[in-house]
Amino acid sequence: MELLSGADMLIRSLQDQGIEYIYGYPGGAALHIYDALFRQDEVKHILVRHEQAAVHMADGYARATGMPGTVLVTSGPGATNTITGIATAFMDSIPMVVLCGQVASTLIGEDAFQETDMMGVSRPVVKHNLSVRHPSEIPEIIRKAYYIASTGRPGPVVVDIPKDMTAPNERFEYAYPKKVKLRSYNPAIRGHAGQIKKAVDMMLAARRPVIYAGGGVILGKASGQLTELVRKLGYPITNTLMGIGCYPASDKQHLGWLGMHGTYEANMAMHHSDLILAVGARFDDRVTNATEKFCPGARIIHIDIDPASISKTIDADVPIVGPVDAVLKEMLALVKESKEKPDAEAIASWWKQIDEWRAFHGMRYETSPDVIKPQEVVEMLHRLTNGDAFVTSDVGQHQMFAAQYYKFDKPNRWINSGGLGTMGFGLPAAMGIKLTHPDDEVLCITGEGSIQMNIQELSTCNQYKLPVKIINLNNQALGMVKQWQDMNYESRHSHSYMESLPDFIKLAEAYGHVGIRIDKKEDLEPKLKEALAMKDRLVFVDIQVDRFEHVYPMQVARGCMKDMWLSKTERV
Amino acid sequence: MRRIISVLLENEPGALSRVVGLFSQRNYNIETLTVAPTEDETLSRLTVTTTGPDRVIEQITKQLNKLVEVVKLVDLTEGPHIERELMLIKLKATGSQRAEIKRTVDIFRGQIVDVTSSVYTVQLAGPSDKLDGFVQAIGASGVLEVVRSGISGIARGEKVLSL
Repeated sequence: MELLSGADMLIRSLQDQGIEYIYGYPGGAALHIYDALFRQDEVKHILVRHEQAAVHMADGYARATGMPGTVLVTSGPGATNTITGIATAFMDSIPMVVLCGQVASTLIGEDAFQETDMMGVSRPVVKHNLSVRHPSEIPEIIRKAYYIASTGRPGPVVVDIPKDMTAPNERFEYAYPKKVKLRSYNPAIRGHAGQIKKAVDMMLAARRPVIYAGGGVILGKASGQLTELVRKLGYPITNTLMGIGCYPASDKQHLGWLGMHGTYEANMAMHHSDLILAVGARFDDRVTNATEKFCPGARIIHIDIDPASISKTIDADVPIVGPVDAVLKEMLALVKESKEKPDAEAIASWWKQIDEWRAFHGMRYETSPDVIKPQEVVEMLHRLTNGDAFVTSDVGQHQMFAAQYYKFDKPNRWINSGGLGTMGFGLPAAMGIKLTHPDDEVLCITGEGSIQMNIQELSTCNQYKLPVKIINLNNQALGMVKQWQDMNYESRHSHSYMESLPDFIKLAEAYGHVGIRIDKKEDLEPKLKEALAMKDRLVFVDIQVDRFEHVYPMQVARGCMKDMWLSKTERV
Repeated sequence: MRRIISVLLENEPGALSRVVGLFSQRNYNIETLTVAPTEDETLSRLTVTTTGPDRVIEQITKQLNKLVEVVKLVDLTEGPHIERELMLIKLKATGSQRAEIKRTVDIFRGQIVDVTSSVYTVQLAGPSDKLDGFVQAIGASGVLEVVRSGISGIARGEKVLSL
């Protein structure tokens, strides 16, 4: 057997795990590891400019591919800088392994230079964390970390590696475990057959059914099964912000997404339904509005891999714990073989009602002859990229506009921080995707507030030639904060106004990129085309959009699903 | 309603902090907590008592089960069970009090485990309300110091929580 140092074992383990890219930043406690990295070329390392961005890069990669991302940082500030990124991945159940250097085990607890209790600091925002106590454990720990991160309900796993565990002078026998078994960790591999049967009977008897799908469908790679089942049943489907793309948005059975800024028809259909089939969704507060008023006439079937997501905020009538793909497959088989068929008359009249709701609002917004509306920018981007781009976003109004007006027909293409709502996510996430999808269009739709939270990564983009397109919907304000202040604080714009914005064009140029400013409506299409035509350049497109626009529909706070503002003046 | 949740946990550093962290992080209540290794030294047995509406208790058991180091758990209060708590209590014991305390200790089936000219240290085991009853019977003015272990519990009959 081969004898390797801890650091070499770590890198070899990554190779044997099939890891192609890691994102990170070196520092004292990680230097043995960085040296091992230098002496090979299988695992490629991307040097970011801030550790948070490394985590978002790994996250973007994971969301686009379904594979776990990998991060390498040093101890202390290197490790704590990853926390926002880890929390972002945790809230959206993204598989990821974060390798953190630590001070030597002999120094732990002595407040050594760059010492932070990363096990303690990360604990509330990880699926699990592991600490290396002997170098020989490294291959097994790495295997376990990827196994835990990517099975069951996925999530980030932190591995804390004291410096002496990677010392070059001590060598140990290396073998990468083929399998890993944990007696205390056994994610469900299929749903309960009796519950599935019961659910299918209820679905076939429903008169006003809605399918409500979440990010779990994408994480569980179950879009195909879901689409087939929904088409077979002929029922309406809505999805969450995280579930965007799990069912083609251009399909007529799709009602758009639901919740706080969901479509009128999706929220109305949910509220008036008699049966909700929730698939890989978690009844989050941005979906349900006031839980006590949630969908009063609906019985609920809830499929989720995580039992703790079921009946957490809304009670399920039929809980089904299991992987969504396996459960949907069984459901589809039962639907096909069942003698019962959906009640055609009831379903037709349900569709008639839904089509009326659709016609009532239809995601309209007011256009202007001279001011550029953020919605029209997104619609134009959708058209110019044939609806086929990877779109990352940051957090705020631009995020909602992007999600509302870019119609995604495929899963894994809409990449945003839905759960934690992390500003600064969009650019590094786009970089992580572009790196492994060089031939695909990758757009980062952002705002002038969010983009400045990880703007330093323009430098990384220059180093690795990552030609993402940054679409900055610049309204010169923290738009969503301002919208809430307009609606709830009598337009007292407390600190939502960006008084000294940089010249983004010069900034982009300073980092070696192309900057394009668009402030005239007639320039929008030609200049966007010009930006998209520069395939091998990062283009920062700074678009001056309407400063007073609000995102609608917007659910009325503490109301039920159907209570919405449809514009600044219309409330239903 | 008060619940007693009994957990088999991997006996590893950091496992306990994950359990305790979960309770504070999700705003659950811990009334008592006991933990010690079992006959299988790779496992710890942890008993936590908590209160909350059924929905919260269900979440507590589900969230605990999600922790990678939790091997198995049971809500003992769902079935017949035995619960015990150990108390060590130091009492002022001078003059006529000494005989009176001795009698009370006997009634509660406790033991005096340490004696000085002015202090008795008493050991008492039983359900928590029995321990409360003893403290009440002695009266607050006679109590110098109280140490309680928190509740340990086990199911009655043949039900066993093991691997």
